[in-house]
Amino acid sequence: MSERTLYDKVWDAHTVDILPTGQTQIFIGLHLIHEVTSPQAFAMMREQGLEVAFPERTFATVDHIVPTDVRTRPFLDAQAEQMIQVLENATRDYRIELFGVDSERQGIVHIIGPELGLTQPGMTLACGDSHTSTHAAFGTLAFGIGTTQIKDVLATQTLALDKLKVRRISVDGRLSEGIYAKDVILTIIQRLGVGGGKGYVYEYGGNAVDAMTMEERMTVCNMSIEGGAHVGYINPDTTTVEYLRGRPFVPPGAAFDRAASYWRSVASDPDAVYDDRFELAAEEIEPTVTWGINPGQAIGISQQLPHPEEVADPEGARRAYQHTGFEPGTRAVDIPIDVAFVGSCTNSRLSDLRAAARVARGRHVHPNVRAIVVPGSFEVKRLAEEEGLDRVFREAGFDWRSAGCSMCLAMNPDKLQGREISASSSNRNFIGRQGSATGRTILMSPAMVAAAAVSGHLADVREFL
Amino acid sequence: MSARDESRVRRVSGRAIPVRGHDIDTDRIVPARYLKEVTFDRMGEYPFIDERFDAEGKPKPHPFNEPKHRGASILLVNANFGCGSSREHAPQALYRWGIRAIVGESFAPIFAGNSLAIGLPVVTVPSDEIQRLMGLVEEDPSVRLDLDLDQRRLTIEGHSVPVDVPDTARTALIEGYWDSTAVLAANMAKIREVAARIPYLAGFEPRPGSR
Repeated sequence: MSERTLYDKVWDAHTVDILPTGQTQIFIGLHLIHEVTSPQAFAMMREQGLEVAFPERTFATVDHIVPTDVRTRPFLDAQAEQMIQVLENATRDYRIELFGVDSERQGIVHIIGPELGLTQPGMTLACGDSHTSTHAAFGTLAFGIGTTQIKDVLATQTLALDKLKVRRISVDGRLSEGIYAKDVILTIIQRLGVGGGKGYVYEYGGNAVDAMTMEERMTVCNMSIEGGAHVGYINPDTTTVEYLRGRPFVPPGAAFDRAASYWRSVASDPDAVYDDRFELAAEEIEPTVTWGINPGQAIGISQQLPHPEEVADPEGARRAYQHTGFEPGTRAVDIPIDVAFVGSCTNSRLSDLRAAARVARGRHVHPNVRAIVVPGSFEVKRLAEEEGLDRVFREAGFDWRSAGCSMCLAMNPDKLQGREISASSSNRNFIGRQGSATGRTILMSPAMVAAAAVSGHLADVREFL
Repeated sequence: MSARDESRVRRVSGRAIPVRGHDIDTDRIVPARYLKEVTFDRMGEYPFIDERFDAEGKPKPHPFNEPKHRGASILLVNANFGCGSSREHAPQALYRWGIRAIVGESFAPIFAGNSLAIGLPVVTVPSDEIQRLMGLVEEDPSVRLDLDLDQRRLTIEGHSVPVDVPDTARTALIEGYWDSTAVLAANMAKIREVAARIPYLAGFEPRPGSR
C-alpha cells in the first residue's frame, strides 16, 4: 500500500481494536515512567487490584525531583525522598526495571531512552511527561500522557486514542554557523503559534532536517508540544539506523539488519498524503530568544522586543510584559541576565554541552551571573568528563552537576530567586516555571546560554565562534 | 445500577466561573512544587495558587478567590487552555475544587485527554460566544448554565448555544466509558495477539511459518 505516512503505518500496526467510544485502542510498545507522575497510578493499581500486563515493556528512572549536587540518601527534601521510595517500592513489587539514583543508566527519561537504544523507529511509546515527543525523532509514535493513562498502560499496555491529522513541516536550505536545532523549533513555534498544532501530528522534514544529527532532531521533536502538537516525528533514515547500532537494547548481528529493514519500512511513502503543509527556509532562521511567557513569543537576537499590537495576540503580549517588566522596543541584546542554565530534555546531550563549552572555553562567567550545567544523563556526564568539558565549564565559572531535570521545572533545589532573569536552554518560559512566581525565563540554544553567561546579558553567539 | 451507569456524564448544571486569557498553561494551574505530593488528595486547594496569593500568602484579585464564584461548577476559558506540562494534577485540581465541566475556545491535547480520563467534560464554543458568556457571568455570577452533552447544547437564561465536543469524548462521557481501563482490559486476548505480531517485541526474530 502506498500513500501512507509513518503515522498511518505505525498506527495501523499497533491497532488492537476500535472501542465502543469510536476511539482506537493502540498497543504501546515501550512505556517509560519517572518518579513524579507515576506514584498515583501505582496507588490506583493497588486500589483496583490490577496487575501490570507487560512488566518487561516498562522501564523507570528518576529525573524530575533528584538533586543534582548532593545525592546522599535520604535526600534533604523529605518529600523528594518519599517520592523516590514510592517508585523504588512499586518497581520492585511489579518487577519493572528501574535505573535508580545510583545506576549508571540514570538520567532524564527522554535522554536515556534513546541513549540505551530502548527507543526505536516504528514503535509506539508512552510516558507521563509532555516532552515524550523527543523519542519521535526516531520515527517512533511517542505520546505524552497523564497519570490515569499511565494506569491504563500499566494494566493493559494500551491506550484509547483518537487519530489525528498530519502536517508536514519542511525546513529547506542550510543552517549557517551559530544556528542550532533549538532556533529551528523556536522559529517554527513562533510562526505557527503555541496552539497551532491542535488536532495535528507534525512530520518534520526537508533537507535541513535530513542533515541534522539524531541529537539535533531530538531537540526539534522535543518541543512539538510547545507548538500544540501532541507528537512531532521525523522519518527514520541512515542517520537513525547508525545512531542505534551497538546500543545496549538494540539487537546485534543478523537481527540488527532485520531491525534496520523494519525501521526503514515505516518511513512515510514518497507519495504520502498530508492534511496540511508548512515550509520554512533555513536562511530565515537566526539565533532565537523568547521575550514573553510562552515559547511562541520569540524573536531573533538582532531584533527589538515587539510592541503588543505588532504580534498575533496583543492581549497575551501585554500580559507577558506585565509579568516580565521588559519594555517593548528594547534591543534583545540589552536584556541583562542573572542566571544561566544549560540542561533539560531539550538540550543536555553531549553535542549541546560541546556547543556551550566551545563558547565558554577561555572565557569567564560574568560576575553578576550564576551559571550551572546539568548533563542529561549519567552517561552524558561521563562522556563529557572524558573529553574534559567539565574542566572547561568549571574554569569558566559554571557549576558542573549530576543528571536530572533540575532548573527546567525547579522541583529540586535548583531554582530562580525572586525576580531573577534566566537564560535557559530548557523548553518553557511559563510564569513560575523555574521555581520563582516572579522569576523570568528566556529560552535559547545552549551556545546562546553560554554567550549570555559570559556577557551578563543576551548576546549573539555568532560573535563568539 | 451498574458501575458504568454511575459513570455516565450527560448533563452539568450550575453557576460558572470565568478565567480570562489565552494559553493558560498547567504550571499556572498547579505549580510544580505541588507535584511532590504522592497523592492527588489535596489538589483541590491549589488551582491557580500563585495567581491567587502573593509570596506572603496575601490574596490577590482572582476569580477563584471571589466569594461570588464559590460553588461554581462550570469553568469558562479562552484558547489553548491547559497547554504545557502533561500533569494530570491540573484537571484533578480543578475537579477537586468543584469544577464539573470546562467550556472554552480550545484546549491543549494532553489536558483534554487527562480531563476525559477523569470524567471531566471539556467542550468548545466559538470565540465571540465565549466572550459573551464570560461577560454575562461577570455581570451576574448567580446565572445558571446547563450543559447537555447528549444534545451538544449549552443553555443560559433560556438562550441555547451549540457546543463542539469530539464524538469519541461525547460517547465516552454519556455512555460511561471514560474510565477506560476496564474497556481496554476487556480486550486482553486481542492485545496479546497484536503483541505477538509486532516485530520488535520478538527481538526481530523471523516469525514461525514466515520465510
